[in-house]
Amino acid sequence: MSAKVTVEDVERVAELAHLQLTPDETGRMLLDLNAILDYVAELNELDTKGVAPLAQVSELQAEAGASDLRGDVVVPSLDRAAVMPQAPESDQVFFKVPKVIER
Amino acid sequence: MAGEAKTAENLVEKPQTLEALRAGIVAGRTRATELAASYYERIEKKNPRLNIYLSLTKERALEQAARMDALAAKGDPLPPLAGIPIGIKDVLVMQGAPSTAGSKILEGYQPPYDATAVKKLEAAGAVLLGKLNCDEFAMGSSNENSAYGPVLNPVDPERVPGGSSGGSAAAVAANLAVATLGTDTGGSIRQPASFCGVVGVLPTYGRVSRYGLIAYASSLDRIGPLAGNVRDAATLLGLIAGHDPSDATSSPAPVPDFAAESDKPAAGLRIGVPAEYFAEGLDSEVRAAVESGIAALEAAGCSVKPVSLPHTKYAVPTYYLIATAEASANLARFDGVRYGYRSPSSETLAAMYSNSRDQGFGAEVKRRILLGTYALSAGYYDAYYLKAQQVRRLLAEEFLRAFAEVDAIVTPTSPVPAFRLGEKTGDPVSMYLADIYTVTASLAGICGVSVPCGATKAGLPVGMQILAAHLKEATAFRVARAVEAAQA
Repeated sequence: MSAKVTVEDVERVAELAHLQLTPDETGRMLLDLNAILDYVAELNELDTKGVAPLAQVSELQAEAGASDLRGDVVVPSLDRAAVMPQAPESDQVFFKVPKVIER
Repeated sequence: MAGEAKTAENLVEKPQTLEALRAGIVAGRTRATELAASYYERIEKKNPRLNIYLSLTKERALEQAARMDALAAKGDPLPPLAGIPIGIKDVLVMQGAPSTAGSKILEGYQPPYDATAVKKLEAAGAVLLGKLNCDEFAMGSSNENSAYGPVLNPVDPERVPGGSSGGSAAAVAANLAVATLGTDTGGSIRQPASFCGVVGVLPTYGRVSRYGLIAYASSLDRIGPLAGNVRDAATLLGLIAGHDPSDATSSPAPVPDFAAESDKPAAGLRIGVPAEYFAEGLDSEVRAAVESGIAALEAAGCSVKPVSLPHTKYAVPTYYLIATAEASANLARFDGVRYGYRSPSSETLAAMYSNSRDQGFGAEVKRRILLGTYALSAGYYDAYYLKAQQVRRLLAEEFLRAFAEVDAIVTPTSPVPAFRLGEKTGDPVSMYLADIYTVTASLAGICGVSVPCGATKAGLPVGMQILAAHLKEATAFRVARAVEAAQA
């Protein structure tokens, strides 16, 4: 888990995250990611065999009456007329984006 | 106290209590419209120096104030926060008002709805003055990651106010609002409250609906109040708490009358002191102030005993893996399609995504997205993300065991008082370590309060963190009241 991150790793992860980094940024992120990952490697000291992962704390409050999921019922959501004007480009019904398929 | 700081400018001022302001408004001595106007006047004077507000919602505030004045004039019963001027952290959306989350990528965005907490405050009569500066997407411990420049600490403007709710804490410290809403994912209410000498509340996870909070890390994000005193913070929490169908994680547990609960004496409560929070790295003046707070609790009739939380040292790495993983997923929505910034010159959809994100996000946000994406990527998921979730359970269970023996746990909120602007910006790991005492409660989902417990010789405020079990905010408030009373 103390894997050294390479420039290629940073570029691959940036691509996955749709982030375009300048060469300067890539260099800085390489240093920072390695420093942070070196630091988090401390967790390796702990034996967590058999420990169930905790993704969300509501289960810990079960006895205190934590929430049930709501019924699967259709209710109105935000009005399109209120939402669409916030889009950088739209025809008020659909969002417009650059061409995806050439033909 | 904070007011003694030796700065040439007098930027610190304690807000009046809710009770005093309300008495004036009910009796007709104070008009809500005039009160709001006087706050806007102060903001106009002080904000250029301190950079606390990013935008003002004057029209909406003055309309609400006029409504409250009309009610008072008719002699109608007034809602609990009638005419009280309150500021809102800019990660909470307000319909039609700019809501940037401290990011360029949301510049100009005007949300089509109100966050539940915002709506509840307004329904309670509050006058919402404007939106408060914060670290970009609430990612930071010093407010230096805001795309709109850092907030300065009113106690000493050469120092940071803490983060990420730096504007929310500084606004109360400078009396540019009577109280504010902040958000806390790893310490973002408690740490700035301690740096600015105000009270900040971390409610139990699920106590306050997150609907309308621009998400950072959804399993950790919480909304809570900051105020000039504990009772006011308790009152505010009572008004924003409660189940909300729009947030499936919000708790259906009944909401106690927190203010009345906070009036109960702390005598007889069992207080735990964990040695792990008083170890290497703790500033000696911070330690002395917190120890004086503990002595005050003993004097108030609490019993004090040591408790052990041995996994504490693993909390910061655990937090940064989980929070960044969740952030990388949450922030995928900012792609230039539906709202916010779109890079103008992209020929393909993929280029539009990445250009918009590259130009719209700041360095710390990119760093956290990359770290989170890495921790979730094929081949690393088990080693990083899953491991962190396992340690999260160990940390949470450790707290549950401790709370079988004590009613509250007290610690320093931060290992150091407010640091200087620029002091930690070059080194992300040292900045992350500023959160060492606060991320534990974030991971465990328990509640807490940061309350001023003294100051350094230079006049920098020190906060004591009081932690209590899930849904036991009332206990934390009682303890905080006792610490506060000893300061008076």
